[in-house]
Amino acid sequence: MTAALALGDDALVLSHRLGEWAGHAPVLEEEVALANIALDLLGQARLLLSLVGDEDELAYLREERAFRNVQLVEQPNGDFAHTIARQLYFSVHQQGLYEALAAGGGPFAGIAAKAVKEVAYHRDHAEQWTLRLGDGTDESHERMQRATDALWRYTGELFQPVEGVDVDWQALHDRWLETVGDILARATLTVPAGPQSGAWTAGAGRQGIHTEPFGRMLAEMQHLHRSHPGATW
Amino acid sequence: MTAGTASRATRAAADGAQGADAALQEAFDAAVAADERIEPRDWMPDAYRASLVRQMAQHAHSEIIGMQPEANWITRAPSLRRKAILMAKVQDEAGHGLYLYSAAETLGTGRDELLDKLHAGRQRYSSIFNYPTLTWADVGAIGWLVDGAAITNQVPLCRCSYGPYARAMVRICKEESFHQRQGYELLLALSNGTPAQHEMAQDAVDRWWWPSLMMFGPPDDASAHSAQSMAWKIKRHSNDELRQRFVDICVPQAAALGLSLPDPDIRWNEERGHHDFGAIDWTEFQEVLKGNGPCNEQRLGQRRRAHEEGAWVREAAAAYARKHTSGAGPAVPNGKATA
Repeated sequence: MTAALALGDDALVLSHRLGEWAGHAPVLEEEVALANIALDLLGQARLLLSLVGDEDELAYLREERAFRNVQLVEQPNGDFAHTIARQLYFSVHQQGLYEALAAGGGPFAGIAAKAVKEVAYHRDHAEQWTLRLGDGTDESHERMQRATDALWRYTGELFQPVEGVDVDWQALHDRWLETVGDILARATLTVPAGPQSGAWTAGAGRQGIHTEPFGRMLAEMQHLHRSHPGATW
Repeated sequence: MTAGTASRATRAAADGAQGADAALQEAFDAAVAADERIEPRDWMPDAYRASLVRQMAQHAHSEIIGMQPEANWITRAPSLRRKAILMAKVQDEAGHGLYLYSAAETLGTGRDELLDKLHAGRQRYSSIFNYPTLTWADVGAIGWLVDGAAITNQVPLCRCSYGPYARAMVRICKEESFHQRQGYELLLALSNGTPAQHEMAQDAVDRWWWPSLMMFGPPDDASAHSAQSMAWKIKRHSNDELRQRFVDICVPQAAALGLSLPDPDIRWNEERGHHDFGAIDWTEFQEVLKGNGPCNEQRLGQRRRAHEEGAWVREAAAAYARKHTSGAGPAVPNGKATA
């Protein structure tokens, strides 16, 4: 079940990153919103990983090379603009993918149908913040553009076909480009000119090739569970 | 709950051109005596207003600072189920902070102003959040003991004389009770787990017990605000009464958990119908209140940093809202309207 692992790991890892914001958000409403999105994603991850095996074994006892998430979701939070850019890219992608899965009637149709409602909220949140930051002050515009540019190279991987996920990946990519392009334009931001993925990044996360910060993230996430083998919590 | 007759009388009196303070005071006293709710537009003594702002702000700040010791463990929670529970709890705390700031705003203050005072160290938050969470079991001990103490304090506040505060507390207490049960259940799982897990649970209870008892505030004979707060029916029970109630609740719960409380002097007193317990270290309490607890600087530092580092985000939201005032744009979250 490569597919459930891939989609489950995407949600698990992004949820973890969002959880790092707790107590650090720029405004109290964002403490609530970011935690809310993190919880939704964690819920999705648990459902998807449970299709494969024991959710805790999969989350806590696999090493870096066995994780199948895209590199985008493991990127460190950076400033609020980086978090929002990551969320925008991922949420627009997830919305398109889960809508297609929900309509397709395949093994993920049920989970996707439940998740699309959550994802629509995540995407709206990211979109509204992209507009506020892009079209806010000079500083926020500059930060949002920098974040948009910095994460762009990780977006190509979102559309690398995943075995067992029966959707039209090219169509997903086209729609994603159109949607993100439209949001960035309304936010007075420029669509990055660079490639969406280089030769070595394309599909790398799905094959267990991750970026350096990911190992450190896993060390923190797994250390307690691994320190007490066989314990129940 | 709607304002009662005496409460309406205070408004009528306030509308009267005479504005006779004595009549207003009398109507206010009558409303309090009749257990009616004081509402935002009612006349109230300045000292009552100031006391409520102080208490509600402190309460709101405690929710916000209180996110930190628990959030400290979100990224290390040992199972996905526990991680989800903890995330939801920390999210609820931010929500409780928001209710309480809104309730405080009905008294004519603003959230930004209250946060500025917190950041400047001019308003307090609960002393308990200046203790560190050193192991996973601390998350359980906070749920059981700290939330348990908070609930014991807060349930009577659901009948507080100030309506908006009382109503906020009704919502908050429901969620807190849920968290408390989850904390207890977390400790129970550890206590019944491996020897190492059991030891972790006992160690956490040993470290959190006394600070939890301090949450009820100084003893009655040393409590500056108590008498007046009770006369105004903001408070319904004294610090020592609530502390005793809490000890009586915890003793059998600790036994059910299979954990001991770190106080050799706890024993049932047949005559009083309560548990006797040992002396609290009030010097430690005073030191923590003065800012000398283990985490005071760290907690306030993180809060200030989050606020300062988020300034450009709030400014962006406010600037965006100004450009898109037609109503089509997104709402501004707490944006400062200054240019």
